[in-house]
Amino acid sequence: MIPVFVIIPLACAFVIPLVAKKYEVLAPAVAGVGSFLLLVFSIWSIFLLGGDGHVVYEVGNWQPPVGIPMVVDGLSVLMLLVVNVTGFLSLVYSVPYMKKFTSARYYYTLFALLLAGLNGVVISGDLFNLFIFVEITAIASYALVAFGTERQELEAAFRYAVLGTLASAAILLGIGLAYSHTSTLNLADMAEVLSAEGAGGVVIPFVTVLFVAGFGLKAALVPFHSWLPDAHPAAPAPISAMLSGVVIKTIGVYALVRVLFNVFGMTQATTDVLIWLGIISMAVGVLLAIGQWDFKRLLAYHSISQIGYVVFGIGLGTPLGIAGGLFHLFNHSLFKSLLFLNAGSVEQAAGTRKLDELGGLSEKMPVTSWTSLVASLSIAGVPPLCGFWSKLIIIIAAFQAGHVIGAVVCIGTGIITLASFLKVQRYAFFMRKGEVKDFIKEAPLLMQISMVALAVLCVLVGILFVPFLSEVIQPATDVLLRGTGAFADFNLLGV
Amino acid sequence: MSLYFMALVLFCIGVYGLVVKKNLIKKIIGLVIIENAVNLFLILTGFRTGGEAPILERGMEAVPEHFVDPLPQAMILTSIVIGLGVIALLVAISVRIYEKYGTFDVTKITELKG
Amino acid sequence: MKEHGMSLPVKRITRITVALIFFYGLYIAIHGHLSPGGGFAGGVIFALSMIHIVLAFGRENTMKVLSGAAASMLESAGALAFLLIALGGVFAGAFFLNFLPEGEPFSLFSAGTIVFSNMAIFVKVGAGLFAVFLVMALLRTDDSVQNNEGEDR
Repeated sequence: MIPVFVIIPLACAFVIPLVAKKYEVLAPAVAGVGSFLLLVFSIWSIFLLGGDGHVVYEVGNWQPPVGIPMVVDGLSVLMLLVVNVTGFLSLVYSVPYMKKFTSARYYYTLFALLLAGLNGVVISGDLFNLFIFVEITAIASYALVAFGTERQELEAAFRYAVLGTLASAAILLGIGLAYSHTSTLNLADMAEVLSAEGAGGVVIPFVTVLFVAGFGLKAALVPFHSWLPDAHPAAPAPISAMLSGVVIKTIGVYALVRVLFNVFGMTQATTDVLIWLGIISMAVGVLLAIGQWDFKRLLAYHSISQIGYVVFGIGLGTPLGIAGGLFHLFNHSLFKSLLFLNAGSVEQAAGTRKLDELGGLSEKMPVTSWTSLVASLSIAGVPPLCGFWSKLIIIIAAFQAGHVIGAVVCIGTGIITLASFLKVQRYAFFMRKGEVKDFIKEAPLLMQISMVALAVLCVLVGILFVPFLSEVIQPATDVLLRGTGAFADFNLLGV
Repeated sequence: MSLYFMALVLFCIGVYGLVVKKNLIKKIIGLVIIENAVNLFLILTGFRTGGEAPILERGMEAVPEHFVDPLPQAMILTSIVIGLGVIALLVAISVRIYEKYGTFDVTKITELKG
Repeated sequence: MKEHGMSLPVKRITRITVALIFFYGLYIAIHGHLSPGGGFAGGVIFALSMIHIVLAFGRENTMKVLSGAAASMLESAGALAFLLIALGGVFAGAFFLNFLPEGEPFSLFSAGTIVFSNMAIFVKVGAGLFAVFLVMALLRTDDSVQNNEGEDR
């Protein structure tokens, strides 16, 4: 049943242009039903994994290594949850938000394509197929960033598309070199060939460099981050939520980590690279965020910083570090998308997203205000919200691994993040500065529902973090910990 | 070996065009050259001296040793199609940019600070 | 009323050559499982034949035959057909399973679902590329299609 994750969004993407020309209301309906089904299936996939921890689907009944398999294991389940929870709630939010745009049906088509690409990346068991899904995601997001077709949107989308295409060229080059070295594209098969060959070649380190650069650019790690603060604020708010909450993690962090841990195997050098990229991203992202007065741009810089936490935690390579990194990945998808949705409803109500022109919104927009308070406390790491536990785990893991610099940077970044979000809360919501404009009113019902749902999830995951860790994060951590042996037990099925 | 080197030269030409040129369309052309350099390089990795095209005709015997590797070719075909999509999107965006800004010159298109 | 397009000889000759180009594209697509080519290459040639008409007769006349909106619909229909063929495999066992009889190698009626997949791609790519061309050609007057190319092969 694994292909449903690709079939449903693709079918939505192709059906919407056919039916929505006449009945505009069908576009959100079709996309909503599709993404709700995806949500249901992704929750169901938690229980799908049997004792051996993975399910393989052979497309067209072609056996590996000839065929293209689709694989769901612990890590995929975690990512499916990340993609589809945020995807469904952003889509619900889009319904009232996109009313002001003309020809919104193309928006829903592109949204469905984005979901298809993201789900495809997560379940792909073949390196080149992974690349194709990465590209589908990327093309859909370029178009969605440009969707407003105003000056800033177009400029941001152009930069994003050029840099993204360069990254794709690097990734494609890496895939070609890896193929010419191992004569296979199947991830499991490639892992086996490489571990049989042992260390010492020059091809795989070079390919690793290409992948770190390519996927690192898509994840906006710091030397490659320059497109993100332009592109993420330019998109419509639900798309900002998808880009910051899901896209950079799926086509950046997930793809990189999957290939490095489970196919190439971690070496000391790659561990160091990931750790330092993480530390630099954390520090630089948060320092750049301090001076920002544009609500969404501030959030975008914080995304860079929070991705730094994720990569740092996973890069540590210890069980606790990986668990913390993956947990933070999930939490960040919740609170960062919630913050972007808040920023969207503030912008829609007040007509601006400059923090110094806002003020006193907590009276007029109680739901937006309270949900954004939850999200801000969560991203700043205030107990008992979800962000606190994942940051705590990462810091403990850093001390355990003897990486004191990293731990100190984590703590420092956390403090600056807290200060930065106190500023947001104060200027946007609580501080009264003259009269609050009369035309400001609370967001429409569907937008409220989606924001409240995300806020409730933030609190729930924070309170119930122990069962969540053992049910979802633990299997995902195990997959990465098994290293190149992760695919070993189902390698070359039937051959 | 010299062929691989030529692909590298082509790649560098593309990077030059992308970085130095100020016109959006010329930047896109640079990007196309980069993509094609990568594609060319990957096609070359599948090449075998004296190899034939991997197409089976009627009455022909399949001798895998005589064929060049078809998988890179299939990959590149896909990659060309992806490139087509990206380029179409980029050109559409830059036409829109021209409508808004009245120029293709990147030094004049500076609403955002990066 | 102003005459659209190019001069009379061009139109005359285009009337003949367009059909040739179109059928060449169709040939490439139908023989996709036997020789180089296939749905994508054939679809590109199909789009080229339509662009040919635009160049010779002007876009107003062409839009009467196949408008941008219709091309966009056709593109989605082609993609949907491709997905349905792949879904047909699910009911026979696996996604993308070739569930039709495969027939004799090297004969035109062989290779099961591949022929139909090629035809779906032919329609999708042809209509999609033509829609992209139209968007570029009439960007000034439009509320027309955002393109979403590149997800197929």
